Amino acid sequence: MATVDIHKQADVHHHDDHDHEHGHGNFWTNYIFSQDHKVIAKQFLITGMFWALIGGTMSVLFRLQLGFPDADLGWLRPFLGEWITPQGKIDTEFYLALVTMHGTIMVFFVLTAGLSGTFSNFLIPLQVGARDMASGFMNMLSYWFFFLSGVIMFISIFLSTGPASGGWTVYPPLSALPQAMSGSGLGMTLWLVAMALFIVSSLLGGINYITTVINLRTKGMSFSRLPLTIWAFFFTAIIGLLSFPVLFAAALLLIFDRSFGTSFYLSDIYINGEALPNEGGSPILFQHLFWFLGHPEVYIVILPSLGITSEIIATNSRKPIFGYKAMVGSLLFITILSFVVWAHHMFVTGMNPFLGSIFTLLTLIIAVPSAVKIFNYVTTLWKGNIIFTSAMLFSIGLVSFFLSGGITGIFLGNSAVDIQLHDTYFVVAHFHLVMGAASFFGMLAGVYHWFPKMFGRMMDERLGKIHFWFSFVGVYLVFFPMHYIGIAGFPRRYYSWTNFETFNSFADLNMLVSVAAILTLSAQFIFIFNFFYSMFRGKQAPANPWKANSLEWTTPRNPGHGNWPGEIPTVYRWPYDYSKPGAKDDYIPQTVPYSETPESNLPHENDLIKLEMEDNNAIVVDKKH
Amino acid sequence: MTTEFKIVEEPKKPLAMHPKKFAMWLFVASVGMLFAALTSAYIVRQAEGNWLYFNLPATLYWTTAVILVSSVTMQMAYWAAKNDQLERVKSLVVITTGLGVVFLVGQLVAWKDLVAQNVYFVGNPSGSFLYVLTGLHGLHIVSALVYLIIVLVSAYRFKIHSKSLAQIEMCTTYWHFLGGLWLYLFIFLLLNR
Repeated sequence: MATVDIHKQADVHHHDDHDHEHGHGNFWTNYIFSQDHKVIAKQFLITGMFWALIGGTMSVLFRLQLGFPDADLGWLRPFLGEWITPQGKIDTEFYLALVTMHGTIMVFFVLTAGLSGTFSNFLIPLQVGARDMASGFMNMLSYWFFFLSGVIMFISIFLSTGPASGGWTVYPPLSALPQAMSGSGLGMTLWLVAMALFIVSSLLGGINYITTVINLRTKGMSFSRLPLTIWAFFFTAIIGLLSFPVLFAAALLLIFDRSFGTSFYLSDIYINGEALPNEGGSPILFQHLFWFLGHPEVYIVILPSLGITSEIIATNSRKPIFGYKAMVGSLLFITILSFVVWAHHMFVTGMNPFLGSIFTLLTLIIAVPSAVKIFNYVTTLWKGNIIFTSAMLFSIGLVSFFLSGGITGIFLGNSAVDIQLHDTYFVVAHFHLVMGAASFFGMLAGVYHWFPKMFGRMMDERLGKIHFWFSFVGVYLVFFPMHYIGIAGFPRRYYSWTNFETFNSFADLNMLVSVAAILTLSAQFIFIFNFFYSMFRGKQAPANPWKANSLEWTTPRNPGHGNWPGEIPTVYRWPYDYSKPGAKDDYIPQTVPYSETPESNLPHENDLIKLEMEDNNAIVVDKKH
Repeated sequence: MTTEFKIVEEPKKPLAMHPKKFAMWLFVASVGMLFAALTSAYIVRQAEGNWLYFNLPATLYWTTAVILVSSVTMQMAYWAAKNDQLERVKSLVVITTGLGVVFLVGQLVAWKDLVAQNVYFVGNPSGSFLYVLTGLHGLHIVSALVYLIIVLVSAYRFKIHSKSLAQIEMCTTYWHFLGGLWLYLFIFLLLNR
């Protein structure tokens, strides 16, 4: 049982910073078809940012219609061509396409692939102490399936019949019958193909993440020493692995209905007075299958952000995370509950009211682990030496959104209240705050926090703070008023509300929302400038800019493929030893053994060393300076 | 250069298994979820009425027997590899592959029987479901046959022996899973006709 504590300091300096330049292989294998998890993570991130811009721009387009229904949008004709009617309005079918594509792009391409793809890939090997993912090749495939899926989805936007338009949930029969709307033609077919490829990509990625977390941890990295980011990515991957195949089944049956004439979802449909041959299908069946993925999907979106936030809040409060085990437990509990609440999306489908009350109960239970998380974030912040970095601000922003968006979930989870609120802007406001803006803020926090590790340079903090305040205020200005519009009963996805006398009084509120949406989108360009400028011109990052404990900060400034030039470091403690009483610094990295910190050890930690010394397991080590 | 001595506690080695084998189990889980989704869709749809009742083709009993036997031969191939009986490995993998092909042909014959019974892919969902379940399972069998051939090629290159079992072990896992999956589907279909 030899414990060799080799300190290859000299070696490190040779490798430091240079791995990048004389990395092996050529441009193609290093930057395009790379199997290095860090490069794949950056590919996911930049693709995700590209899609976020498209999705965000789409939302501003339909907000223009909702906020300024009388405005002449003829000036958009150079971009949108025929989709702007001769009267200078957005084409009604195109409006539906915009809503659909905004949802699809944001949920799947940005907040699933862009978020999990980036941070699971980047952080799992770095934080558990692995050279790379379990299978670098599968990981590469995962990105390229995603890329291909994106290309197909992108092409569908430019079809003359428009992309899929039946809502991101693609309910049949609207999505199943090309006669229903122009978007249900080729656009819908491409949507299904793109999503099938996307599912393959997610599964390839997820299998890798789970395998790496369980099997490739470094010595000493027990489950109870994993950073909470890793726990969150781990549970996210499990949810994806179990729920994406179900979406695949739903999509497969829909493909058969659309292209082969089966009747899984279709029955008793008349078009222009003529009956379709389809007989015996059930559109509700699709909703069951879809929401069995669809609900876990919202946790696939939010859990990684919650993990990222836990890490950033603990680091920048200079305090251990409050209730580490409760944090892990609540993640686990959310994971389990995510699979048994799907029918709360279907309260008004004529469901048995008794079943409805069961799903209400299960749904409301989710408030418990969510509240545990909020409580623990706040108690971690409480009396901490808070450092307001941009990443920290975005993390606190997430906590705020998760709370204010989560509270409305308690209303929506009631099957009785849902009769009034179903498919209104109240729902839109709820899920945009709790999973949209919250996980988007988590993603931005992650980028600000790990940018130094990704590119070896620092992002500009002042621009980051301006970005934060505009985004934070902007998001609340967009979504807070929406609650009122929703309670008043205004339905989502409607092109126009001016025909209804009731809704005229909301014209100014809708205008405010639209102006705020434009403001929020504009603020993201500050981030994009900051991101690309800092990548080349930012200040050079120190090895551990945030004085954090986890393993990724023990790598060189620009880690090469393999992450650590010498041996993989060994882990001796959990990652949240911040401001430990008695310690020299206010942080103790995971690689420092207890025997080196007698001044700050707790009694049971001293016992750990003693036990091993009696056991004769501890070995005298030669340390060179 | 100074030399100092220090005592470091021994870190525990984390729990771990062969990552590729583990990944295979995860893949198996996701395929399992795909069929769990389809069979629960079947139950939900059946409960709504307007369901066409018909007898399962008798061929399916034969194909079930074939795939069960192939699981046995696959396991024997694995044991042979463990005991370094390389010739036996080759012949048993060939037999398993052959049985797999026979199974697929049997499934196609069953489809013909269904057509003879006037049960079509396009029509009442009760028939469509049967085609989708058998077809999707058949596609996975095709993927497993490709895998078996890869294993066979490795066996001919002396890459499979008692010191290098991962590949044939993963293939065995997958093949048993698909056999078990078919057994589940068959019993499910018998009970929920």
